[in-house]
Amino acid sequence: MKTTLSLTVNGINRDDVVPDNMLLVDYLREKAGLTGTKIGCDGGECGACTVLINDRPRHACLTLAATCQNAKVETVDGLSRDGRLTAIQRGFHEKLGAQCGFCTPGMIMASEALLRRNPDPSEADIRAALAANICRCTGYVKIIEAVQFAARELSA
Amino acid sequence: MEYLPEMRLYHPATVEEAIKLHAAAPSGRYLAGGSDLLVNIRRGIETPDNLVYLNGIAEMHAITDAPGQISIGAAVNLRDLAESNLLREHFSAVTQAAGDVAGPSHREYGTLGGNLCLDTRCVFYNQSEWWRAANNYCLKYRGDICHVAPGGKKCFAAFSGDVAPALLLFDAEVELAGPDGRRRIALAALYRNDGMDHLTLGKGEILVAVHVPKNPIPITTGYAKSRVRGSIDFPLAGVAVRMGLQDEKIADLRIGLTGVSPLPFLVRGLDKFIGRKPDDSCLEEMRDVVRGQAKAMKTTLTPPHYRRRVAGALAQKLAETIF
Ligand SMILES: Cc1cc2nc3c(=O)[nH]c(=O)nc-3n(C[C@H](O)[C@H](O)[C@H](O)COP(=O)(O)OP(=O)(O)OC[C@H]3O[C@@H](n4cnc5c(N)ncnc54)[C@H](O)[C@@H]3O)c2cc1C
Ligand code: SF4
Ligand code: FES
Ligand code: FES
Repeated sequence: MKTTLSLTVNGINRDDVVPDNMLLVDYLREKAGLTGTKIGCDGGECGACTVLINDRPRHACLTLAATCQNAKVETVDGLSRDGRLTAIQRGFHEKLGAQCGFCTPGMIMASEALLRRNPDPSEADIRAALAANICRCTGYVKIIEAVQFAARELSA
Repeated sequence: MEYLPEMRLYHPATVEEAIKLHAAAPSGRYLAGGSDLLVNIRRGIETPDNLVYLNGIAEMHAITDAPGQISIGAAVNLRDLAESNLLREHFSAVTQAAGDVAGPSHREYGTLGGNLCLDTRCVFYNQSEWWRAANNYCLKYRGDICHVAPGGKKCFAAFSGDVAPALLLFDAEVELAGPDGRRRIALAALYRNDGMDHLTLGKGEILVAVHVPKNPIPITTGYAKSRVRGSIDFPLAGVAVRMGLQDEKIADLRIGLTGVSPLPFLVRGLDKFIGRKPDDSCLEEMRDVVRGQAKAMKTTLTPPHYRRRVAGALAQKLAETIF
């Protein structure tokens, strides 16, 4: 069965016919052509697929696309404007928060959700907000510095 | 990319509509946040043809404060549960447990109803199709032997939801709605000691809300769990403790456990501690009672004896720290 899905993805209105069994992550990558969002595990373990739905972080790999009717979906692909990186993206760039980069889209979206809700997070707040995102490369120290960098930029 | 099996998804707006859709749909399942069910579908251990999505039902999203009791809709998500000041004031073990489920992104969409109706877990079951096939499956799904207790015909997969033991401390009741109407039962009666069939929900029944009586007397409660990674994992053992003191002596004591058997339950035989001072020897004795009833089996990579011991130790530590 199929559903006609109306939603916004990165601020753009879309209407698509999607099969009921299509995961949001497949919808984003295959239908919308937004391949920033990554798939790193067989469901809910790694956080690489984290996107924002109505400003809240959520696993696109455990969300059926057809349950996102009228939702506001945001992915890492939509953050920069006119080629200018956002504060959190600059943070990951400046502080070397990305190594292989596979976890980075999910890390960035989970961090973005945190900063929208709490623009001045403590280190403990950052660790708690990123607890569902796994990185096999950085050892996390650089990721925390990246978020701290972004928070400073935003308050400046 | 691995697609999910063919399924039809329904979007009811009321509980009654959901029940009708479920009744009309062969092999239907209710879908809430999907943070457990969709993982299981992806791994091939659940194979529903139809999913009835509960999150569009307004009635199931409310937290209501009545004189004497607080009601929590089953579709309330765990973050909102964990952050509710009203609930923290009355049932702090519940908000702590909700805040300890999985990771922060899971709590954004994982619901209370899904947490209470969570499938039981076992290292031989929560695996991919090829892993289970290579191991000849097991009793719980498609196989004819239990790898945990190969001689028997019983499944010991552990109930591993964090919130249930905390709610048990407060005599919570669950409101169920099904084809035959609504009923209200004690939360404890929602569960049975069978890893293959641990819920007493009737066919097509929905858990609509949880009703929790407020306590007339002040009590202190808390929740703690042991897990492999502190950031994200299911409990190896989860312990909820409720304690009230009068004249420095224990006047009220309950302990709820999860993760150590196919159902969450209240520890039995705690009456003997009433009237005693909660000193070291008392709390050590209490620890041993908990340890004795936390009969974890080999359902996780972490050995059972560790889970038994840590359940006792967590109960002791909680009792020490909540005062
Ligand atoms: C990496 C990872 C770690 C996790 N760690 C934990 C953890 O530490 N502790 C923990 O408790 N859980 C954990 N979970 C499991 C899960 O995220 C939570 O238990 C969550 O609360 C499940 O809720 P849900 O709404 O997503 O349930 P769903 O997946 O939608 O449903 C779960 C089950 O409940 C049934 N159901 C849901 N709602 C109702 C209802 N209202 N009436 C009747 N049946 C219903 C469904 O049919 C299904 O069988 C983890 C999951 C992942 C992926
Ligand atoms: S306890 Fe036995 S039957 Fe149950 S899931 Fe584990 S291996 Fe399978
Ligand atoms: S892909 Fe790993 S959590 Fe979604
Ligand atoms: S940078 Fe490689 S997984 Fe995080």
